[in-house]
Amino acid sequence: MENIEKNTAVQPEAKAEAPKAPDAVAPKVVKPAVAKPVPAAPTTPAENALDLVELTQDNFRQTIEADYQAGFTFLECLTGMDWGEEGLGVIYNIENPETGARKCYKIKTADRVNPVLPSVCTWYDIANIYEREAYDFYGIKFVGNPDMRRIYLREDWVGYPMRKDDEPEKFNPTRMTNEPLADETSGLMYDEDGVNYHTERSKIFEADDYVVNIGPQHPSTHGVLHFRVKLEGETIRKIDPVLGYIHRGVEKLNEQMTYPQTLALTDRLDYLGAMQNRHALCMCIEKAMGVEVSDRVQVIRTIMDELQRIDSHILFFSCLAQDLGATTAFLYGFRDREKILDIFEETCGGRLILNYNTIGGVMADIHPNFQKRVKEFIPYMRKAIREYYDVFINNVIFRNRAIGVGILSKEDCISYGCTGGTGRASGWHNDVRKRMPYAAYDKVQFNEVVRTEGDSYARTLVRMDEILESLSIIEQLIDNIPEGNYQEKMKPIIKVPAGTYYSAVEGSRGEFGVLLESRGDKSPYRLHYRSTGLPLVAVMDHVCQGHMLADLITIGGTLDYVVPDIDR
Amino acid sequence: MMKKPKIKNIPYEEFKDNETFEQLVAELNQNGTNVIVRTLDELIDWGRSNSLWPLTFATSCCGIEFMATCAARYDIARFGFEITRNSPRQADVILVSGTITTKMAPVLKRLYDQMADPKYVVAVGGCAISGGPFCKSYHVVKGVDQVIPVDVYVPGCPPRPESFLYGMMQLQRKVKAENFFGTTNRKENDPYSLKMDKENEQILNELEEA
Repeated sequence: MENIEKNTAVQPEAKAEAPKAPDAVAPKVVKPAVAKPVPAAPTTPAENALDLVELTQDNFRQTIEADYQAGFTFLECLTGMDWGEEGLGVIYNIENPETGARKCYKIKTADRVNPVLPSVCTWYDIANIYEREAYDFYGIKFVGNPDMRRIYLREDWVGYPMRKDDEPEKFNPTRMTNEPLADETSGLMYDEDGVNYHTERSKIFEADDYVVNIGPQHPSTHGVLHFRVKLEGETIRKIDPVLGYIHRGVEKLNEQMTYPQTLALTDRLDYLGAMQNRHALCMCIEKAMGVEVSDRVQVIRTIMDELQRIDSHILFFSCLAQDLGATTAFLYGFRDREKILDIFEETCGGRLILNYNTIGGVMADIHPNFQKRVKEFIPYMRKAIREYYDVFINNVIFRNRAIGVGILSKEDCISYGCTGGTGRASGWHNDVRKRMPYAAYDKVQFNEVVRTEGDSYARTLVRMDEILESLSIIEQLIDNIPEGNYQEKMKPIIKVPAGTYYSAVEGSRGEFGVLLESRGDKSPYRLHYRSTGLPLVAVMDHVCQGHMLADLITIGGTLDYVVPDIDR
Repeated sequence: MMKKPKIKNIPYEEFKDNETFEQLVAELNQNGTNVIVRTLDELIDWGRSNSLWPLTFATSCCGIEFMATCAARYDIARFGFEITRNSPRQADVILVSGTITTKMAPVLKRLYDQMADPKYVVAVGGCAISGGPFCKSYHVVKGVDQVIPVDVYVPGCPPRPESFLYGMMQLQRKVKAENFFGTTNRKENDPYSLKMDKENEQILNELEEA
C-alpha cells in the first residue's frame, strides 16, 4: 500500500512540473529530489563519445595491419556513414580482446558516384558481411572483398537507401516476381602493386553443385532466414546465407524520428532482448547528454535486463528442444517463461514488447508486487533448471546430437565477432557486463560463465548456467532497490550534443551496441545498431562445413540468433 | 427447402456485433437452402472449423506470441488448432504474424498459392495489418492484404494470446457460415460452374454458327 500511495503522489507532481522545464538551456537536467549541481554545458567530452581517428586511403591498411599485430583482433562494429558533402565513409570500432583496449577509426571518400574504400577482410572474417551491408546501404565498394553483393535488399533493387539523397520508394515498388539469386559474384581486388585494383569474378556455386534451399519459410531457422546449402551426399560443403526477408529499414526510419520515438523500434529488433536493447539506446543518449539517472533506475534496469535474459534463455532452450523434436521440453520451458512475462506485465503492461526504459529513467515505478513475485520466482526457477537437465539436456539423444557438433575455436569466435554465449562457450571472455560495466553490474558479484569446448553442448550449458548467474544477480539486488526517482525530468524536446557516441550492453545473445552520430538536432543523424545475431549467421558457413544437414538445425539452434535483429 | 437456415456458431453475446458475418448470414438466408444439402454443409463446416491447421509461419515478434499461445498456458489445442504444419500444402490457415517486407512479399504469395483450398488468412499484429510502426519504411508492405486476401485481422503489437484466440474464434464463425455446396463465402472458384459456363458457351456458339 505504501508504494501505491507514493506512486500516485509522485506522478501528478511530475506532470505539473514538466511545463516549467523550458527555462533549462542546452543539455542539462533538472533534478528535483537530489540537489546536485547541474552541468550547464559539458566541457569534457561525454563518457561514451568516440575518439575518432581519421585515416586516409594511403595509411589505412598499414594502420590496421599494425593494430591487428598489436592484438586488436576483434572488429566490434563497422558502420557505413553518409556525411553529406564530406562524402561517404565508414567508422570502425576495434578492440583488443586480451587487454580490452579499444580504438576507433574513420575513413571517407568524397566520390559519391563510385565510392571505393579499402577492405579489412584480410584481417577480420566478419568484415565480409559488414562490408556487404555497407555496400547495400551506401554503395561503398571495398577493394579486397571478393564478394560485393547486396545482402539485405533484392539484387534488382535500385539505389542505396541509406544515402541521404536517395529516394528508395520512387524506384522500388513491391516486386512480386521471384527474387533473382545469382550464383556468381564479383569484387574489386588489388593488383600486385597494392595500389591499383581490378574487378574479379568468382563463383559462389558451380553449375553441377547440389544446392538445397533452407528457408525463408522453414520452422527451424527461427524466423525468415534463407540458407543456400551446398551438399555432397548429406554433408554440408558450403552455406550462403541470404538475409533481408525481415529488413524493415529501422536505421533509416530512425533518422526521421525524434529521440523518444526511436526507442520504440529497439524493442522490436531482438524481441527477446527488448529490455536490453532499449537500455542500450537510452544509456547511449543519456551518457551523450550527460544525464545521470538515479541509482534506483540503474538497479531496476539491471533486474529487468536479467529477467529478460532468463526469459530469452528459456526460450532458447524451448526452441532448441522443439527443433530437435522434444515437444515436452518446449512446453516445460514456456510454462516457466510465462512466470517472467507475468512479472513484466504487472510493471510494464506488456508481455513481449515492453517499452519500459525511457531517456532518463523508466516509464513507471515497479509494481508493489514486483519484489514479492521475483522472490517467489527465483527458487522456482532453480528447481525448473534441474528439470530441464532431467528432461532434455542430459538426455542421451540430445547429448549425441550436440556433443562435438559445431565446434568453434576461440580465434574463430573473435574473428567472426561471435559475442555472447556462443563466444563464451569457446573460452572467450567477452561479457560486456565485465568488460565495460554499466548500470548496477559493478555493484554485484557474479561469475562470467565460460567454457572451453566450443561445441553445441557447451553453448547450451553456458546459457543454462547463465540463468543461474542471472538469478543470483537478481537475488543480490531485489531487496536493495534504493529509493529515488524513477524518471529524471527531461526537456520536452531532447537534443543530443553533436558528436559520435557508442554504448553497448550485454544482450541476451551477445554485445548489443548503439552507435549514434548526432549533429545537435532533435533526431539522430545516424543511428546504427551492432546486431548480436549477424556475426552468428556469418559464422554458419564456417562452423557447418563437414557436418550433416541435420546438424545444421542443432548448430543454428545453439547459436541462438533472432532474425529481425540481424536484418534490422 | 429450409427457409431460414440456422448457422450454428459460438453462443456468446459479445461475438454478435460483426457486420461482415451478418452479411454472410443474410446472403445465406436470401434464397433458403435444400434441407439435405444444408445439413451436409453444417457437418462439413463443423468439422472444418474445429480442426483448422495453421502453417508455422512467423517473421517476427508476433511469432513468439503465437508460440506462447500454442504452449501450455493458453493451449490452442482446446480449439483444434494445435496441429501446426510446416508445409503449406498441409495447412488450412496461414497466420501472418509479423512484418512482411517487400522481399518477403513474393514468398508469402507463393506460400499462399501452395496451400490447398479452402484456405484462410489471419493478419496478426499491426505490421501485418498496415505496416504498423514500420509503415514509413522503404522496405515494408503496408498491410498484408495488398498481397493476399485476409479473412480476420487481429490487432496488437504483438496481440496477446487472448486476442489470438478471439481472432481464431472469429475465423471459426466465418468457416461455419460457409456454404460448401453453394457459393456463399466459398473460397475457391467453383470449378464445376466454370466448366459449365464454358460448355454452355460452346453450345451457344455452335448453335449460332448453325
